[in-house]
Amino acid sequence: MSMSRRTIVKALATGGALFGASVLMPRLAMAAWSEKAFTAKDQAGAMDALLGSNQLEQSADVTLKAPDIAENGAVVPVTVRSKMANVESISIFVENNPNPLVAEFMVPAGTAADVSTRLRMGKSSTVTAVVKADGKLYSASKEVKVTIGGCGG
Amino acid sequence: MAKGILRVKAKAKGGKTKVKMMAKHIMESGQRKDKKTGKLIPAKFLQEVKVEHAGKVVFQANMGTAISKNPFIGFTFEGGAKGEELALTWVENTGKTATETAKIK
Repeated sequence: MSMSRRTIVKALATGGALFGASVLMPRLAMAAWSEKAFTAKDQAGAMDALLGSNQLEQSADVTLKAPDIAENGAVVPVTVRSKMANVESISIFVENNPNPLVAEFMVPAGTAADVSTRLRMGKSSTVTAVVKADGKLYSASKEVKVTIGGCGG
Repeated sequence: MAKGILRVKAKAKGGKTKVKMMAKHIMESGQRKDKKTGKLIPAKFLQEVKVEHAGKVVFQANMGTAISKNPFIGFTFEGGAKGEELALTWVENTGKTATETAKIK
């Protein structure tokens, strides 16, 4: 009896672990971190890999707030805002960085399309914010001058 | 739960919750060289941060190496009330991961 009890407990434990894994898997899959996009060396390539296209439409509804001159490239505060409805994601690109894609922010329904963060810039570059809404890509760009670079050493 | 790396300030106001979070993390880009050995310091950075409220994902960030050291992220979502909890999950590029909680004030 004790033997069979042991096996049952073991079976339950494995089953539990499998169940846990199957529950966790979709959540991991949803949080897809695109290695291809993040390691792309040029902006168009990164956009293609991340958003499936590099056809952007300049839009006044996308607000990119960034300093004109960043004294320290290691910390450049940036805010992206959009008044558009159905915003799915916001991504930020720095053209002259070794890997232009900085970050992608998922914005589920109910979350405001208003994200601020701080990024690293190697040298003066154009910062582009891309907002994906209704399957289309809208963008706003701004030139940021960097006096001290934040990449390399 | 061990003391986490995330510092979170979440404030509920007018049906919305404003979240500001800062992670204590070096965000090593993999492009810097060790001055003594001349070798590249391997990359070590936060890849993902996901914020959940009442079982629903309200925000997710996929980050690259160009996010500054001790990353700061601010965003606002609808809903949330004082005293409720947020679950924040982060994933490092080394595979390390943890979930931390924070209370809405």
